[in-house]
Amino acid sequence: MTNTQQLIRAVAEADSPARMIAAVQKLAAAQDEAAIPTLIAVFGYNNPAAAVAAVTGLTQLGEVAVPQLLEQIDDYNYGARAYSIRALAAIADPRALDVLLASAATDFAPSVRRAAAKGLGNLRFHKLENPQRQQAQAKALETLMFISQDPDWSIRYAAVVGLQGLAKIPELQQQILAKFAEISTNETEGSLRARVQLAQKQVLG
Amino acid sequence: MIEPSAEAYSAENAPPLTKEQAIANLQSPDLSLRYYAAWWLGKNRVRDQAVVDALIVALEDEADRTEMGGYPLRRNAARALGKLGDMRAVPSLIKSLECSDFYVREAAAQSLATLKDIVAAPALMQLLNGGVAAAVPVPGRPHLTQPYEAVLEALGAIGATEAISLIEPFLDHPVPRVQCAAARAMYQLTQDAKYGQRLVQVLDSNDLKLRRVALGDLGAIGYLPAADAIANAKVENSFKLIALKGLLEHQLQQELDVSSLSEDAIRVMNLMDSLL
Repeated sequence: MTNTQQLIRAVAEADSPARMIAAVQKLAAAQDEAAIPTLIAVFGYNNPAAAVAAVTGLTQLGEVAVPQLLEQIDDYNYGARAYSIRALAAIADPRALDVLLASAATDFAPSVRRAAAKGLGNLRFHKLENPQRQQAQAKALETLMFISQDPDWSIRYAAVVGLQGLAKIPELQQQILAKFAEISTNETEGSLRARVQLAQKQVLG
Repeated sequence: MIEPSAEAYSAENAPPLTKEQAIANLQSPDLSLRYYAAWWLGKNRVRDQAVVDALIVALEDEADRTEMGGYPLRRNAARALGKLGDMRAVPSLIKSLECSDFYVREAAAQSLATLKDIVAAPALMQLLNGGVAAAVPVPGRPHLTQPYEAVLEALGAIGATEAISLIEPFLDHPVPRVQCAAARAMYQLTQDAKYGQRLVQVLDSNDLKLRRVALGDLGAIGYLPAADAIANAKVENSFKLIALKGLLEHQLQQELDVSSLSEDAIRVMNLMDSLL
């Protein structure tokens, strides 16, 4: 049995939350592609510390984990789904675009929507060729603009964080700064206005 | 000590309302329509003189009673009045602190906490009569003799410094949530960090619900030194974001210069970003 198989077995056999966390941390640290399905399955175990370790491991594995992350999103467990979206957002592979767009706009769970909104701002769009690149950027911008008007303040907050990320793209910057100016004027939550102020400052350097 | 709220009405079960209809329904012969309308007007924050007047009348309702002698319509009216922010409700809410129904007293204390009128202090302090010794469970009911959590929080929120010596003993009440409410109020009334630290320690509790309570308290008092402990607490991110938002807003209120953000405000926002 390989080392990775032994580590996978240790996750399966963990009989306490603490042992589960330790086992997942070791498996994540192994950085072996064979661990990907097990790490994704951990999202559904209702063990937040173990799930965070699994997200870290998958993020470090990077692009190679993206296809399975996309295929194995749990449609029936929003807690698990939020971790999948966080991993996809952190890896930032543009193949996740459609999932992030749909999650940000229409998922019922705010935790999923926030993770997707943040992720939409940081995708590695340069991996795409034009015209796909411009289309992808335009879709991300459109969705973030839309959810920046959500009734839930935490969704608006995540939209601002996402827009700040997108503002690194020179062609989108003017439009995003105009949106920030609009939010500064109309937003009733002081915390949101402060976050926009920080975004403006960081965008303009 | 939380009564199942009218939120349990799902949108499908409830008649769709308009503002005019909800106001009219407050006088409906159908008591369930009155009950629902009172909740709806609060939830949708329908700020209208006629609404406030009608809800104040509903605080005296005698028609809607439970088998246990409770007053469901009064409870919802008291809750709604806290959400509408009209200070004309204060005298009636103070009177409701004497109602025989625990949940009416609790709702009134919670609403007085949001309206923040110092004139409520003596009536709230009355409910602490007998101190910790009198703050015992009511046999057969899921609550104590008085809504202590709500009363302590209200006294803290309205700045009732004259109540400090009455509140302080509740730091040692056997119920952890009551201890949290006392620590929260003591911090608000004294600004002494030791009370904030007590709440930070609760974030290490084995009880998830208690950790959520402490997060809510830390957010409500805007205790900045708790920022990292909040971000690292073993609680769902949504609760942590709300608590950090409380810290951020408290910090923004302290800052006179609105044109620049302080290092502290930026630090809190960076933590919030990491929780998305």
